[in-house]
Amino acid sequence: MVITFPHMGTMYIPVKALFDELGINIVIPPRISKRTLEVGLKCCPEMACLPLKVTIGNYVESIKRGADTIVLSGSCGPCRFGYYGVVQKEILRDLGYDVEIVILDPPREGIKEFWERVKKITGNSPLYKGLRAINKAFKVCEETERLLKLVLQKRCREVYKGDTDRTFNRFEDKIRSVKGAQGILECIQETRKQLENIKVDNNKKPIKVGLVGEIYTIIEPYVNLNIEKRLGDMGVEVHREMSVDGWVKYHLAPDIKFRRKQKQILESSKDYLGLCIGGHAWETVAHTLNYSREGMDGIIQILPFGCMPEIVAESILPTIAKEECIPIMTLVVDELTGEAGYQTRLEAFVDLLHLERSRRENEFGKVLSWN
Amino acid sequence: MNLEKCYLGIDVGSVSINLVFINKDHKVVDKLYVRTEGKPIPILKKAMEDISKRNDGNIKISGVGVTGSGRDLASVMVGADVVKNEITAHGVAVLTYYPDTSTVIEIGGQDSKIIIIRNGVVSDFAMNTVCAAGTGSFLDRQAARLNIPIEEFGQMALKSKSPVRIAGRCAVFAESDMVHKQQMGCPPEDIIRGLCEALVRNYLSNVGKGKEILPNIVFQGGVAANQGIRAAFEQALGYQVIVPEHYDVMGAIGVAILAQREAERKGSTSFRGIENMRQDFRARAFECNGCPNSCEIIEFIAGKTTLARWGDRCGKWAMKVEDKSQLRSLA
Repeated sequence: MVITFPHMGTMYIPVKALFDELGINIVIPPRISKRTLEVGLKCCPEMACLPLKVTIGNYVESIKRGADTIVLSGSCGPCRFGYYGVVQKEILRDLGYDVEIVILDPPREGIKEFWERVKKITGNSPLYKGLRAINKAFKVCEETERLLKLVLQKRCREVYKGDTDRTFNRFEDKIRSVKGAQGILECIQETRKQLENIKVDNNKKPIKVGLVGEIYTIIEPYVNLNIEKRLGDMGVEVHREMSVDGWVKYHLAPDIKFRRKQKQILESSKDYLGLCIGGHAWETVAHTLNYSREGMDGIIQILPFGCMPEIVAESILPTIAKEECIPIMTLVVDELTGEAGYQTRLEAFVDLLHLERSRRENEFGKVLSWN
Repeated sequence: MNLEKCYLGIDVGSVSINLVFINKDHKVVDKLYVRTEGKPIPILKKAMEDISKRNDGNIKISGVGVTGSGRDLASVMVGADVVKNEITAHGVAVLTYYPDTSTVIEIGGQDSKIIIIRNGVVSDFAMNTVCAAGTGSFLDRQAARLNIPIEEFGQMALKSKSPVRIAGRCAVFAESDMVHKQQMGCPPEDIIRGLCEALVRNYLSNVGKGKEILPNIVFQGGVAANQGIRAAFEQALGYQVIVPEHYDVMGAIGVAILAQREAERKGSTSFRGIENMRQDFRARAFECNGCPNSCEIIEFIAGKTTLARWGDRCGKWAMKVEDKSQLRSLA
């Protein structure tokens, strides 16, 4: 059995750690590229949302490299994502690929049925071994996220443009060939040290932007046209609450403290939206509100074209923008997104935030001088 | 002889290239509006040649700014002090001449924007996303089809007594609806007026969606020359719409103002000089084989030196040039 899985940002790192520890062979799909997307476009319904097309591309590229089992998570979905596994199974069968798809969604049919599915992956290895592997993979997951946060902090402050990206690209090239959770952790530590040594301008007070929106779109750089890098290169500090690490802590391995904080954030937005309406719409609204109260200069919402929950959230955001006095911009991405227009909007938005900040500072200055 | 210090703003758009000279008091000294015709390099060279010949012996270029969709190209050709996106450039220009503005409607060749200004600062903006039905290129095409010079298009719309209703949601459907109305025998001025109204409806429901449009409203961009559209806006919004004197080059003016600020801050300009514009510029494309993205890299060459590379997702080609020289002065 050779397992593969869809890409979502750097999620492949903890997943690799998990399967390495379990002693299961995996194929990491090649980095998402134009070719991945082309495969997806060819065999998916045109009106399907972008993540479906990209992930199908991932599977096909992995199958060509020898994978025969696909593992993906589901969410018994209140949005289309819930049906991804089933639909993709059909699509792959139509393409003539005879592969097994194991969907790991929350156990609603009882724990026994869920366990059967897990067993399909783990085989007959003893329970303690599985738990140990999960524990280690979880650690890798946390560390990867910390590394990504560091990248976001460094990129906007670096003195020599490109230092951060070069370091991180080297890390991504290397990590694929490292075996085992321990090795991966060491590699992360090493990169961490390198990143910490990057020369930065500590006096800089970068513009701060919060990213909200559909989880896949904001995490996967290929799909969002590398928005973190684009903004970082303009000297903007990007904040992103949504992460693989957070998702795991919230859904899979409940971290009580983390969950309580997230619940608080969600509930604080009940004046605008007080329940889950599918996808990550509630999170989008709640994080927007939270970011604006945390003192971000602006917020960018990204969604894949046709994402229903995010469209609902989009229509709520202008009210928040007005009441909280914070600029919010929505970007819709799909395979037809033009890079030039995207860049122009980002640049204009960042200019707007700079102007707004200097206006605020001026007003503040006036208040001070009057005293 | 005393040369007046001037700042040059260049707006390389999809349909037109606009050049403008402003003096230090932001007054327009000279302006030039030429069609891009899909050949930005030779047209920009010629336009630079023309405008500098016209002002030879009177002015000294003390700063250059570029904007528009061709801003990256233009910036390496002239050696710009400032490279700015169109939205900011338009905002700056409007705020300089009309500080009390609350809304800017800008319709250019292929895009249309709305800029919302509050308290003298740009507070929100939007650009057309999927449809170009309301823009200059489309009007151009329809004028050509009706065999009416685009300059007279607006005047003609004003003559209409009973405009026909044209479906303006999509450029293709608008065209077929126009043909239909034509074949029903409607007079051209009614059709044109109907078209103007359809475009305004389209603009307000797409670009202006969810935006609070308050007076004072400034209407600029090439399409502002069209009085039919202006009248349709006034009718739809219920407010007077101001069209600035230099409505067609506002982007260039805005970026010239920014260039002035930058040049005054630096105390010098990066302008390469008119003589350097005469050399041979060419662009060459090749495919990178570094990864499956196979990006198409565009290499921009002047004489024998590579000035810039664009098009790579990972940035390795662009960086190679930037490491050598800091050509792009980012403001």
